[in-house]
Amino acid sequence: MIRSDILKDIAPILRDQLVVCNIGLPSQELHMIDDQPSTFYMLGTMGLSSSIGFGLALAQDKKVISIDGDGSVLTNFGTLPTIANNARDNYILLIIDNGSYGSTGDQPTYAGKKTSLAAVARACGCENVVEVAAEDTGKALQEAIEGNQMTIIVAKCKSGNIPVPVITMDPVVIRDRFMKTVRA
Amino acid sequence: MSINTKIVDDLIANDISFVTTVPCKQLAGVIDEIDARPGVLHVPSNKEDEGMGLCAGAWMGGKRPAIIMQNTAIGVTINTLATLIQYYRMPLPMLISYRGELREPVACQVEMAVHTKALLAQMNIPTYHFHKQSDADEFDNILKYTFMCNKPVAILTDANFWGGYGDQ
Repeated sequence: MIRSDILKDIAPILRDQLVVCNIGLPSQELHMIDDQPSTFYMLGTMGLSSSIGFGLALAQDKKVISIDGDGSVLTNFGTLPTIANNARDNYILLIIDNGSYGSTGDQPTYAGKKTSLAAVARACGCENVVEVAAEDTGKALQEAIEGNQMTIIVAKCKSGNIPVPVITMDPVVIRDRFMKTVRA
Repeated sequence: MSINTKIVDDLIANDISFVTTVPCKQLAGVIDEIDARPGVLHVPSNKEDEGMGLCAGAWMGGKRPAIIMQNTAIGVTINTLATLIQYYRMPLPMLISYRGELREPVACQVEMAVHTKALLAQMNIPTYHFHKQSDADEFDNILKYTFMCNKPVAILTDANFWGGYGDQ
């Protein structure tokens, strides 16, 4: 399975949740598969999906899912100690780890080599970290939503991309409809 | 009233309830004061772009945010300011320790100080420079302005404003 297969699998689970989705192909794929006003698509700012989602979880009580990638977490490693030390049980960080920088041409990341993001997250103090194979992502995500404990999911999948159009929606529209969903 | 108390009073009067910080010696008193106020959630961040991500999320979740950082962070956060805070039109007061200005003891700090206002101007970020303590009289209005226009706004506070840096 590649990242877009995981997103297709979990789209029905994400539909009713507040989602912050990572820059580039992950947002474009999720937008194409099942566009929802409850998804905040990142159009830029690599690395901050976890930070934006965590800020949202700190500010209100609804569950928040940040969809991130291995490359983006590597860009913003400082996020993991912040999340661990200010843990909120309405927060889920789903790292889709395909061991590559997918949006830029599948260059390998260190997460696909010696570095284990699950081990890093645990070392940073995250207490509920699960690493799953791609096909088990939906089950792990559903369990995290139904549970009442902050969860970091590292979903391991293969590298690869599908053709997908860019998101042309205006960023203020994305943000405005997202905020209305948050308040609803 | 101490300047730290006044600054935090203004934050609270403007309904700011989420503050992230990357610390500075000059701003240590403000950070201590924030920690003493139960109405403000203080979440330290490890880098300023991470902090701006937290602030973006907190604002979309209904809390007015602020970030406290040094001016060196302007060099770290240009992309985040342009592609997140400005692109999605989000308000963000940035209370900034303006290192490298008059009464600065560390020469290297001047190297970023000379670029600070030029970078902020290039980014079209409204910028206020507190040099004397009476300049802080405008802080309340600056915060109101920030949340009126949904923009990042910089408040540069130099060593003279804080009464010198360290042993000076």
